[in-house]
Amino acid sequence: MSTAEAIDKESRAAARARKKADKIRDKHANDLPRSMQPSALVKTITIVVLVFALIYFLFPIYWAIIASTKTPSQMTGSNGLWFAVGLSDLPAAIAKNYGTLIGWTRGQFWRWVLNSLIYSGVSALVGTLVAVMAGYATAKFNFRGKNLAIGVIMGCMLMPAALLTIPQYSIFHAMHLTNTMLSIIIPCCVSPFGFFLGRVYAQTSVPNELLEAARIDGASEARIFFTIVLRILAPAMVTIFLFLFVATWNNFLLPLMMVSSDTLKPVTLGLYGMVSLATFTDRGALMMGALLGVLPVIVLFLGLQRYWQAGLAAGAVKG
Amino acid sequence: MTATTKTAKTGVARRAAKPKASDAAKRENRTGWAFMAPFGILFALVFILPIIWAIYSSFFRQVTTGGGAYGGGELVNKFVGLQNFQYVVTSGAFWAGVGRVVLYTLVQVPVMIIAALALAMLIDSYIVKHITAFRLSYFLPYAIPGVVASIIWVYLYNGQISPIVKGLAAIGIKVNFFGDNVVLGSMANITTWTFTGYNMLIFLAALQAIPHDLYEAARIDGANGFQIAMKIKLPNVRAAALLAMLLSIVGTIQLFNEPQVMSISDPSISKSYTPMMMALNTSQGTLTPGGDGPASAVAIVMALIAGVLAVVYTLVERKVNAE
Repeated sequence: MSTAEAIDKESRAAARARKKADKIRDKHANDLPRSMQPSALVKTITIVVLVFALIYFLFPIYWAIIASTKTPSQMTGSNGLWFAVGLSDLPAAIAKNYGTLIGWTRGQFWRWVLNSLIYSGVSALVGTLVAVMAGYATAKFNFRGKNLAIGVIMGCMLMPAALLTIPQYSIFHAMHLTNTMLSIIIPCCVSPFGFFLGRVYAQTSVPNELLEAARIDGASEARIFFTIVLRILAPAMVTIFLFLFVATWNNFLLPLMMVSSDTLKPVTLGLYGMVSLATFTDRGALMMGALLGVLPVIVLFLGLQRYWQAGLAAGAVKG
Repeated sequence: MTATTKTAKTGVARRAAKPKASDAAKRENRTGWAFMAPFGILFALVFILPIIWAIYSSFFRQVTTGGGAYGGGELVNKFVGLQNFQYVVTSGAFWAGVGRVVLYTLVQVPVMIIAALALAMLIDSYIVKHITAFRLSYFLPYAIPGVVASIIWVYLYNGQISPIVKGLAAIGIKVNFFGDNVVLGSMANITTWTFTGYNMLIFLAALQAIPHDLYEAARIDGANGFQIAMKIKLPNVRAAALLAMLLSIVGTIQLFNEPQVMSISDPSISKSYTPMMMALNTSQGTLTPGGDGPASAVAIVMALIAGVLAVVYTLVERKVNAE
């Protein structure tokens, strides 16, 4: 154990030193001699392009926020770029649309959000653990059929997975699992991409000496994995968790096929059901539902954004 | 070493001698599989079994037997050989859908990848400071589920409520985002909006992995920022670009969310607009012939086309690379 901690500490110190060196280097890269500074023209063009892209990516979200405060008649009649009522009347307008939203969803809206949280949370948790275990197994052990297993899983990474939804439905139907929470959670647990990330991380950041030392100390394989390896792989696990969470949250086809009860719908399917009603007119209230329904993912995004880049880096560099 | 000396040894000695290594190997084999098993079982249930089932069921079709001219018979699965595949490859609707998806892939994927690469390069160029805000904003649409993004954009395409359509009309440009030749582009825009930032982050990660010594050396040799971008940065993100392209192609092959949502407000988007929509509607019996057999055949033929496209892309890329 002591060796484990020592190596852990050492690698952390090394990482810190590396980061510091990077920072210093970056600073130097920014302090270019005057002759190499970008010209004013280049700078202007760059800013214009970046700002234009910013408007493109943020405008629909901005518009949705504005629209979420409007009644159907204000939607068509008022200026689309600004609120239809004065700022002091805004809380009342929001409350009114919120009431409309709850009415249209027959009081199920927060149930849908909760369902989405359960589906995404459980799938991501289980999916991360099994992916990291499998990645560790293929990175650190020799077992019969290993190369075949890696080949098949990596092949499935390039498989159009949506096409599998239909046979998955048939199989889950035969197992009497359709229209249950498991029919969404089980397929969403399995991520070839998560396996790939887990394997890359285990290969690059779990030192063999550490495993040997722990074995000599008499630790069992399970204990080594759960107390040492998981701790080293924690950053990788956050990345895989995020990917699985968002993939499950955004999945639409799977719940569309698997689930029919109103109380089992995730928020994407619920909102889709709302728009596809022939009698539906309240677009403002729907926009409010859309915004409230993506809030949890956005919070995860902003809170854990540095892990995204770490995970994508592993994929980009290795791939 | 002869067989007699080996058998002459005691049991304890035998275990201690040659088989020791294989004992360790056996243990490693067991441990490896133990860690592999949870993922393996789930993988078999979610990937392998459905693939096998799809292939098997594609040879069957549900038919009614015993009923008269007015039906009323019993539904049974009948082995029909390759009839389902024959139906798919001779179906005009299927190939029209494939054509749309291929056209979509040929236009949307390069536009998105080039835009993502350009944005990543600009952000990595240090020309502008405070890039975090830009990076985050570009990535934000990825957090919006495809269905929700499609709903928002469908409203932004709607002439009655969209400030974009109204604004363009005010300056004399009349656009109909649901027009026959435009609607596919309108869909492509939704996909591009959602995934450009995600691909940009992949490229940004690859760019930041390039050792900075290379830039310094190039600058000492007198290279400017543009030359560094073209001669050093671009070749170094090639692997990342290849992977991003491949994953994007696979993604667009299964195009479903955008057309499904747009079909609510645009009845001209048919039930077989894309192969994925056709597969779903076939399996649910809203298209005839319906049922699992024909639906599986649609999915299998589509998967094969996707595989061919991916292989062709890889070969072309390799050839271009070699030249």
